[in-house]
Amino acid sequence: MDLYEHQARELLQENGVLVPRAEVVDTAEAARAAAERLGGRVVIKAQVKTGGRGKAGGVKLADDPAAAEQTARRILGMDIKGHTVHRVMVAEPVEVEREMYLGFTLDRAAGRFAAIASAEGGMEIEEVAARRPEAVARIAIDPAEGVTEAKAAEIAVAGGLPRETAGTIRRLWTVLTAHDALLVEVNPLVVTRDGAIVALDGKVTLDDNARFRQPSWDDSGDRARDPLEARAEAAGLGYVKLDGQVGVIGNGAGLVMSTLDVVAGCGARPADFLDIGGGASAQVMADGLSLVLDDPEVRSVLVNVFGGITACDAVADGIVRALDTVPLTKPLVVRLDGNNAARGRAILGQLAHPLVHQADTMDGAAARAAELAA
Amino acid sequence: MAIFLTKDSKVIVQGMTGAEGMKHTRRMLAAGADVVGGVNPRKAGTRVDIDGRTVPVFGSVREAMDVTGAGVSVLFVPPPHAKAAVTEAADARIPLAVVITEGIPVHDAVAFQAYARARATRIIGPNCPGLISPGQSNAGIIPADITKPGRIGLVSKSGTLTYQLMYELRDIGFSTCVGIGGDPVIGTTHIDALAAFEADPDTDLIVMIGEIGGDAEERAARYIADHVTKPVVGYIAGFTAPEGRTMGHAGAIVSGSSGTAAAKKAALEAAGVRVGATPTETAGLVVALLAESPGNAA
Repeated sequence: MDLYEHQARELLQENGVLVPRAEVVDTAEAARAAAERLGGRVVIKAQVKTGGRGKAGGVKLADDPAAAEQTARRILGMDIKGHTVHRVMVAEPVEVEREMYLGFTLDRAAGRFAAIASAEGGMEIEEVAARRPEAVARIAIDPAEGVTEAKAAEIAVAGGLPRETAGTIRRLWTVLTAHDALLVEVNPLVVTRDGAIVALDGKVTLDDNARFRQPSWDDSGDRARDPLEARAEAAGLGYVKLDGQVGVIGNGAGLVMSTLDVVAGCGARPADFLDIGGGASAQVMADGLSLVLDDPEVRSVLVNVFGGITACDAVADGIVRALDTVPLTKPLVVRLDGNNAARGRAILGQLAHPLVHQADTMDGAAARAAELAA
Repeated sequence: MAIFLTKDSKVIVQGMTGAEGMKHTRRMLAAGADVVGGVNPRKAGTRVDIDGRTVPVFGSVREAMDVTGAGVSVLFVPPPHAKAAVTEAADARIPLAVVITEGIPVHDAVAFQAYARARATRIIGPNCPGLISPGQSNAGIIPADITKPGRIGLVSKSGTLTYQLMYELRDIGFSTCVGIGGDPVIGTTHIDALAAFEADPDTDLIVMIGEIGGDAEERAARYIADHVTKPVVGYIAGFTAPEGRTMGHAGAIVSGSSGTAAAKKAALEAAGVRVGATPTETAGLVVALLAESPGNAA
């Protein structure tokens, strides 16, 4: 789960990292009032979970409260890379002496977290790394040791940052470990005219798998999410809404991803990714099918199941159950193989529904579903 | 001979007495695995009867290993307790720990992988289906009755794609199928399995299944170019996955230009690997390759 900048800022502040004074508002009038409280001259920053806000015009300086109101009005409602701006942060400007980059990220290949530090901050670190790889230091962290004082000093030196950043480095590590974060990034980290080390912008990604021990996480927020995705989450289904016409349901992330590709290979576009998971019950199948059928974009549905733990007869029962409550108005192509496949196929055969088609192979099923969606 | 798991492997199950543990212990036994014990500190000294076999429950991995000589542990321990369970297995210096559990926090995985590595315990997983050497043994949740023993080695990030390929190639059969898991931090990698299959005299051809996210497949491709002499056939899932969305597996995400299926496929092809567009086509490539080299395979 990615946090908004203002949520990341709160975590940094709670852990002792200096951040500019700021308020988060959702109307232009409130932006004006916030600017008055913050001393008049402010920066207005769009709160969206995507990079490149500055380039898109989502970050602007306003000289006084009236300008803050005008600027906020322009930014609120703006679309940045498909994300609508519902809130802006109104922040006190900071007199910057120098800009740096500092972050902790997962190094998948090493199976460890690594610090990334660079004396060149303020722009996308990927660009700096591509252009001048020697300007970006990457230091692996031993999970048993963590970031000691000596390690923090090592990171600062390697990245070409002043030694005074060592305290901030250790505090960012605390944010990462205490909050089960996968990424903590400050860009830019700045030295102000008065010599303070301040995080001007922050990005934090939390590990969804750690939710069970992080009860304070609140993601209800204002996530402008697809209603079908919200419904899938409530039903405990792994679902991603896509923009095609063939609804795809399968078991196992790899098989479902593969099914999307095979559908695309048949010249159609998948409408979703829906994984009913391992050992899915008839109820889970019924919930999944109802959800996909409720997507108005869907013109045909493909159910592709290879039963490992999942029993194909339970999948077939789920389809029958779903059709009891949701009248089928779109063609449904089903491919069942593996555990109890013969029983599953027999159940669908007995159903004898004119819109339910069975296919023997994954490729054949995808081709049929694509054809029926055309 | 198979890799990592043979008919001689003695297997214990951490979390055996839970619902998932019981179900899969039964399936493992039916597939021929020599399951010699379960581990549950609260039920130490009890026994569980499964299909006419009596499996003792031990209080710790150490005790189970001392009594039975087990060399493999399969873990069905829920996420909040998984780190402690893997740590215990590594402290007991078990050679192989197969972590089936899905949903383990990454910080825990980072900690226990490093801990296990320092104690020479090989980890497979987490969030994986385990591994099977058909006709010999089964450690995990891979269905045993969809294929037969043979001379193909298979390594995959995905459980169901493993099953799909096993089924497609059921007439040829497999030496070992290893599901390494779809999490961002895993123990045994594609490269580890490729190296073991390369060294295994009973494996003639390797099937490698990857998916979007990270660069493990690209690194495996470089390894294949430099170290693997046996034919390798590849498959990559996730060409249609949009950027920034996690596709089911915690590790399956395209971030910017990195981790795309197209880049992985290109890297494998550059290393001389034939890559199929669908699982069925991939199976077809295996059949064709084996036909080209008649000295190989049964």
